[in-house]
Amino acid sequence: MKNNYISMQNISKSFGKVVANKNINLTVHQGEIHALLGENGAGKSTLMSMLSGVYTPDGGSIFVKDKEVRFAAPKDAINAGIGMIYQHFKLIDVLTAKENIILGQKNGLFLNQRALTERIREMSARFGLDIDPDKKVYDMSVGEKQTLEILKVLHRGAEILILDEPTAVLTPQETEKLFKIMNRMKEEGCAVIFITHKMNEVMEVADRITVLRKGETVETVHKNSTNPKHLTELMMGCAVDLSIKRIETEKSKVAMEVKDLIAYNDEGVKVLKELSFSIYAGEILGVAGIAGGGQKELCEAIAGLQPVKQGEIIFEEENLVGKSPSEIIAKGVSMSFIPEDRLGMGLVASMDIVNNIVLKLYQRQKGFFINRKPAEQKSLEIVKRLDIQTPGINHPVRMLSGGNIQKVLLGRELDSKPQVLITAYPVRGLDINSCHTIYDILNEEKQKGVAVLYIGEDLDVLLELCDRIMVMCAGEITGIVDARNTTKEEIGLMMVGAVNSDIKEELS
Amino acid sequence: MIMPMTIRAIKKSEPSRLKAATIRIGAIILALITSSIFILLLDLNPANVYMKMVQGAFGTAYRARETIIKAIPLVITSLGIAIAFRMQFWNIGGEGQIAMGAFAASFVALNMSDMSKPILLLLMILAAMLVGGLWALIPAFFKAQWGTNETIVTLMMNYIGLKWIMYLQYGPWRDPNSLGFPKIANFTENAILPKLMGVHIGWIFALLLVAAVYIFLNHTKKGYEIAVIGESINTARYAGINIKRTILIAILLSGGLCGLVGMIQASGVNSTLSVEVTGGVGYTAIITAWLASLSAPVILVVSILFAALLEGGSYIQTVFGIPESAALILQGIILFFVLGSEFFVQYKFILVKNQNSVKKEVV
Repeated sequence: MKNNYISMQNISKSFGKVVANKNINLTVHQGEIHALLGENGAGKSTLMSMLSGVYTPDGGSIFVKDKEVRFAAPKDAINAGIGMIYQHFKLIDVLTAKENIILGQKNGLFLNQRALTERIREMSARFGLDIDPDKKVYDMSVGEKQTLEILKVLHRGAEILILDEPTAVLTPQETEKLFKIMNRMKEEGCAVIFITHKMNEVMEVADRITVLRKGETVETVHKNSTNPKHLTELMMGCAVDLSIKRIETEKSKVAMEVKDLIAYNDEGVKVLKELSFSIYAGEILGVAGIAGGGQKELCEAIAGLQPVKQGEIIFEEENLVGKSPSEIIAKGVSMSFIPEDRLGMGLVASMDIVNNIVLKLYQRQKGFFINRKPAEQKSLEIVKRLDIQTPGINHPVRMLSGGNIQKVLLGRELDSKPQVLITAYPVRGLDINSCHTIYDILNEEKQKGVAVLYIGEDLDVLLELCDRIMVMCAGEITGIVDARNTTKEEIGLMMVGAVNSDIKEELS
Repeated sequence: MIMPMTIRAIKKSEPSRLKAATIRIGAIILALITSSIFILLLDLNPANVYMKMVQGAFGTAYRARETIIKAIPLVITSLGIAIAFRMQFWNIGGEGQIAMGAFAASFVALNMSDMSKPILLLLMILAAMLVGGLWALIPAFFKAQWGTNETIVTLMMNYIGLKWIMYLQYGPWRDPNSLGFPKIANFTENAILPKLMGVHIGWIFALLLVAAVYIFLNHTKKGYEIAVIGESINTARYAGINIKRTILIAILLSGGLCGLVGMIQASGVNSTLSVEVTGGVGYTAIITAWLASLSAPVILVVSILFAALLEGGSYIQTVFGIPESAALILQGIILFFVLGSEFFVQYKFILVKNQNSVKKEVV
């Protein structure tokens, strides 16, 4: 029984009337990677918050190494060897890695800098963590920050590591690295709990998988005795079709044309380098590229938020460059951008759904006063159409789960009936079902003749969903290809800067 | 075996309105009990003292009027501050804006005193609101343009405003007929706000403004934009809100309301301009605005209660012959409990068993 590291028995937790966890059982062994799989709102995060001392369970017991424990605060959980890595990093930007690690720990008045550095180096080597102890956090990439978070909890003596959707913010390469670290930890005898809803990651890295659905445990399965289809069925409670439809439409008129677009960022770095492309009505144009390759700047330039140095954006025979964001919205260009932390852009967290829907409606209303009646109607429609899990339309969006927050945002953008719909990372962090709802919605818009610019991360999705794929690298377009007859490899090459000469010729 | 226990404060998920109200009322009861101990130490009967406090605030028509007169500047200044605070623009420059508003109103009153009363008063109001608004606009402009910290700039500008009034009072505006006393001349009769039901008509302004600010913040586009900017600048940017313009408009209004208070105090209460015109209202209103959670109707109630506390406090000084400091201590205790109760609305305490056994296992 020694290897029963953690056992959670009959755990229940409700928030007001909402039951988040109901009699959940979970056992994690030493030296295993245990995936916690479930849709948004299935209760994964709540369960882990109880294991890490953020919430106290309403009922049930938690055992760590066969001893019953009761955590009243995260500190208790840390003392019991449980460390949680959140999606939103809890690091101080202006401090170095080393300073972040020792922050908040009791270790005397003075600090033995050298011994600490030595200890960090030693731990880094042991777990295969690649981190410079003296690097400032603001200089770090997302992947490095995550590594630092892991190192931080390990330094506090964590033997059980909980990762809350760690790959949602990572590039494929960084994800690979993270999996190596996780496997290393497993070899070192730690236990890793991995919250996710990405099937391929589960199959790649997990040993056992516990599936949650609507706050209850469905089943715990061994990886070897299952497959993605089976897991999806467990998650959803029914059989689902995982393929993405591509609706064929007649290629029609150009909806928007971008010509020689050049833009600089605040530091004077050229972020958009002579971009030229067209989007047709009734097509989905995908944009692929490594994060930071100018996708965000392109979106913001079209929306009038990023100053343009040179070039034109022609929409309905008018140049959008120089117009204010509200004028561009009024013309029928919608842009929604889901940032890496999924918060902060587009929604007002403390306001309810109605007041967030109003945000794109009120400017079209005449006069001085604001009328919330239409927004209430729309809110009800959007909640129903996108199946948003909420106690009501007057519920603050901050209290909704991540996926539902995103649905509110997209629902609103689609509702404004745009002619050009720019959507960046709309499925970021969403579960399969919600992803497919969103793909369906984009297809619907396409069929209505809307030009969709879809900035995505997942190449498989881009290949299946889009008509054409534009690849960006360091602010340049390295190629625009037909999604029907290209390969992941071809796009991958263009993502790192190999210019597709055929396409370039075709363009000019 | 007895487990050692510790107390921990835990953030509540979302306090219900009923619970919050219960906690706040409980805090007032506790404040009264605690004050009772203090009153007993002074050899007085607490029940008697409380009754006299209420009587002092509302006991006679005269005293009720005095309380209302104290409440008027608090209400209007709190409204002004609430507009800025909704946008998370920390305008703590109410003092300076009141002073500059009073200055502008006095300038009109002293130089154009031969105009007919309604026109003169209207001009005074407009001048006060404009100058108060512009005084607030300076830090707002700095913030919108260069992202400076408005807390510091608005605070510093209080001193400039108040010292400017002092300079006028001791220097160029000193009344030659005041026998060397540093005093600015009294306003002529037609520069003084008329009375209605025994109180200068500032109370009508206050009531109208409560309604106007409530509608502005909750039912107009600008009010909504102000709230969005307050919650998230990035969201406001993506929604196409003109952020700079909205900041400037909101702060112009915020400062304008404070400026109006300067006019009302100079004209309706003091009939002249002096450095005492603000009476600390610019700071007190921050407390009342917060206590009212920036809601206009609640501001009205809180301000009247606050004014009653002040009036009642000064009344018991004369009735019981206790020093001013004793009355201030009572006010302090009550405020302390009421403000402190906000913590209990947000957090709850729980008793927990210590986890020593676990710690040993792992370390």
